Amino acid sequence: MPETSPTDTSTGTLGNGSKGRPSAGAPAARESGGDAAGLGRRRAAGFVAPSLLLITAFLLFPALWTIYLGLTDYRLTGFAAADPQMVGLDNFTNAIGDDRFSNSLVLTLQFVLGSAVLGQAVIGFTIAWLMRNRTGALRRTVEALVLLAWILPSSVITFLWIALLDRDGGTFNALINTPGTAWLLEYPMASIIVFNIWKGAAFSMMLYAAAIGNVPPSHLETARLAGASTWQQLRDVVFPRIKGHILTNLLLISLWTFNDFTPFLLTAGGPEDRTEIMPVFIYKIALQSGELGFGAAISVLMLLINLVIALVYVRLLRQRKDKTA
Amino acid sequence: MAAITMGQLTKVYPGGVRALNEIDLTVEDGEFFALLGPSGCGKTTLLRTIAGLEESSGGSIRIGENDVTSTPPGRRDVAMVFQDYALFPHMTVTDNIAYPLKIKKVAGRERTVKAAETAAELGLSDYLERRPGQLSGGQQQRVALARAMACHPKVFLFDEPLSNLDARMRLEARTFLKRLQRELGVTTVFVTHDQAEALALADRIAVMEGGKIRQLGTPSEVFRRPANTFVASFIGSTPMNLLDGVVRAQGVEVGDQLLPVPVGLGDHLVEGEKVVYGIRPEYLGHAPAAVPGSLGGEVRVVENLGSAQLVTLEGSAGFVQLVVNEDTPVAIGDHGYAVPRQDRVLLYRDGDLITGGADPSGLSADAPSLAKGPA
Amino acid sequence: MTRPTEPHATPAPPHDERGPREQSGEPATAAGPSRSDGPQHARRDSPEREAAKQQARKAVAGIGFYTFISLLLAFFALPLLWLATAPFDSSPGLSVSVPDFTLQNFQVMWDNPYALRSIGNSIILAGGTGLLVVVFAALASYALSRVRLPGRDMLLYVLLLLSSIVTGTAAMVPLFNLATELKLIDSQLGVILILTGGLLPSAIFILKDFMDGTPQSYEESARVFGASPLQIVRHIVVPIVRPGLATIAVWSVAQVWGNFLIPFLLLRSPEKSPAAVVMYTFYTEGGQANLALISTFSLLYSVPVILMFLFVSSRYGFRFHGGIKR
Repeated sequence: MPETSPTDTSTGTLGNGSKGRPSAGAPAARESGGDAAGLGRRRAAGFVAPSLLLITAFLLFPALWTIYLGLTDYRLTGFAAADPQMVGLDNFTNAIGDDRFSNSLVLTLQFVLGSAVLGQAVIGFTIAWLMRNRTGALRRTVEALVLLAWILPSSVITFLWIALLDRDGGTFNALINTPGTAWLLEYPMASIIVFNIWKGAAFSMMLYAAAIGNVPPSHLETARLAGASTWQQLRDVVFPRIKGHILTNLLLISLWTFNDFTPFLLTAGGPEDRTEIMPVFIYKIALQSGELGFGAAISVLMLLINLVIALVYVRLLRQRKDKTA
Repeated sequence: MAAITMGQLTKVYPGGVRALNEIDLTVEDGEFFALLGPSGCGKTTLLRTIAGLEESSGGSIRIGENDVTSTPPGRRDVAMVFQDYALFPHMTVTDNIAYPLKIKKVAGRERTVKAAETAAELGLSDYLERRPGQLSGGQQQRVALARAMACHPKVFLFDEPLSNLDARMRLEARTFLKRLQRELGVTTVFVTHDQAEALALADRIAVMEGGKIRQLGTPSEVFRRPANTFVASFIGSTPMNLLDGVVRAQGVEVGDQLLPVPVGLGDHLVEGEKVVYGIRPEYLGHAPAAVPGSLGGEVRVVENLGSAQLVTLEGSAGFVQLVVNEDTPVAIGDHGYAVPRQDRVLLYRDGDLITGGADPSGLSADAPSLAKGPA
Repeated sequence: MTRPTEPHATPAPPHDERGPREQSGEPATAAGPSRSDGPQHARRDSPEREAAKQQARKAVAGIGFYTFISLLLAFFALPLLWLATAPFDSSPGLSVSVPDFTLQNFQVMWDNPYALRSIGNSIILAGGTGLLVVVFAALASYALSRVRLPGRDMLLYVLLLLSSIVTGTAAMVPLFNLATELKLIDSQLGVILILTGGLLPSAIFILKDFMDGTPQSYEESARVFGASPLQIVRHIVVPIVRPGLATIAVWSVAQVWGNFLIPFLLLRSPEKSPAAVVMYTFYTEGGQANLALISTFSLLYSVPVILMFLFVSSRYGFRFHGGIKR
């Protein structure tokens, strides 16, 4: 839930997909259902139960409750807190008619497209492509720095960027000689986009590095022998081969960026509401203004968008699994 | 030590696959017994059902005096060596061998001593502290055998015991395995898809297909008198020639040749009926010129087998293969004649061997067991 | 998920069968200006000129490459530099400068009532969550890998979907409500349970992969020797999937260590807050930011993550499971 997402599967891409072991003329039925340790169904159910309980309580139930809350005028405090009324789809129609919501939607779109789809994916791919045949210090340095940006705690890196972009003492202004420019105030959206590219490029880099590593060298050499330029090699050999990875990558980073709360630490949605992307918007509506019902309605819309992305992604995964099986 | 008796043993997988179909089989006490067949024939399922890893859907299994049909695997007093040996990668050789004793709550010190003894018997004394990953394939196999021996079970079960070894090691391990089984005298059932392995190792072989036993017999019975065309084509490093023929008054007509009827079968044939004429390449002599009762044809392929040559003739009967001596001069395009050895000729009607009253090969004592295969 | 097997996986079909020369002479495929340096020029230019051109092109490509890499390195390194210099600077500012070396700043952090305590809180949250996730996910993934429970495939599918959809941000309203109802507001246990619930689906997936990749013959072998199911799990399964368990442990600890939103939503009292939240309050509280405190605290708070990263990458290679964060 906390920016977790289906890492597992994406990681499957990167890891050694150690599926399928040789079956020596054994009936297929044995492969998948074999209870090798003689666990038995009852004990197996007992093994699954604690996980299922926690997942139901803190993942499934909240999702369903969000939908219920979205249909009420529930508030954090006051009269409606004690006795919330069903208001049907009012919250949704209100949201869609609300300027703040449409503003947030547009900002979110800019943020996701700019930082994830364009930024992280392109930078990540470029690094992976440039580093594909390199080993040694340069590659290790580049990868270490990119990864460091990814693994450091978000509240630390946000402060690093606050320091970097500071109006008076920031290194950035000193470096490009623009004293007195308050980047976070004057260009807030651009700032959080660049920040998020910096923070998240590592995942795309690793995924594309693995994908490019899977392109048989003989294919690239065939293209090179045919005199293809770099761009032609990419277009004719690499991209067709890693189409699936590209789609996976775009879906995952879009999902994560869409659900990312970190920009809140940098700009808290401001100045005014110029960086009030959806997660920040919900936080402000629901937990700062206390309009839980309205906040939940927007959460439902967010869940729906997540659902669409996740369905496409899971379908993609299953297709692949079937193909490789 | 114990015999294994299976009665009407059936295994149906969810989804309806009938892996075992009413198997009746007795493996004698101390016997080295092979389950042989192509993949998917049910041989591994049968082995795993004996082990208790699969639950049978019907029928019974007895090991010695005990009905073990619904006994859990750990209490059947059997030991199994898996195809991949299943040596626990995180344990040393000693710990692996001692593991069954640990489960039987043998004290730590005694376990180590016993494991070391067993390891010594198999020449593993130098590797006691190693992990399986640090051993060669042959050594791993011996550790797996030692682990199986350590708890002195009534029955050994081997799943494709030699298939994970390279070709050279395999021969060595085969001889080793046969000697070991003789010395221990423990009832042993092993599964293989390699007919040569089954012929070389086993006292008796059950050839399986589609969840049924197609023939049960000693290696020489199965090799010389396959009970049906399935077994005939499965057994033998060069498959038997199976030629279409028609029974005539003076013999069997194969292609444009009239070949003599095997001794003792005359009364069992009906003139005009279609039969399959079976003869192994090894039992065909070569003649450069036409001989009465021989199959002629043009030499199409010559394959060098080392000390012999496999010659493929194409004639009126179709393709006929024969094994000739390394010194016999044969060249592609030549005409050659294949002369059947009369006492090795077999006739099949509807896929099954036609047996006469008297068995010329002297193997008739086992005729009832031959008939055990399904009709 | 391995490589896609699209029909276009090989270079475009017409290119295959022709020799390079033949193909490059064909205007239809020789599209774009980049073709001008193709082999057909070799016929016009002298070999020496061609060689010189090649050299020049290589040099330009090299310069371009290194310029780009330098910019890239600068972009990724620049924000990080402050973390390396400021903690050791006797008068830390916001800009990066060669530090006037001192360790005095660490004393400032040491004296702060919240700094070290918050690290302790982070350890409690991360450790508690990590433990629960590893134990529960191991049990569940083993059962799911080995026993065909009714509806297993559906369950896995739903779990995968749920874990992608129900993110902390999308579900913050009901989570807040739920915690209030269950009296888990301002409770570290509440944070641990909620984070565990959120991490479990992914953990189960990763571990199930490990379990599926472990040959069943190990367990069957032990079973034939008479080991009970629990003995098998203890003697055989746990030792064999230990790398998987370690991966999950590191991954979930790293997740919780960096997590801001959930403790920010659910914990009220500063003395229960983990480092992520305390760090945020350090620089958003009114008044002049205490840079000595912030810089050293940032460093202290980051070091465990870096150590875990080094551990994972040296032990399994970082690529092994896609990294420890997210």
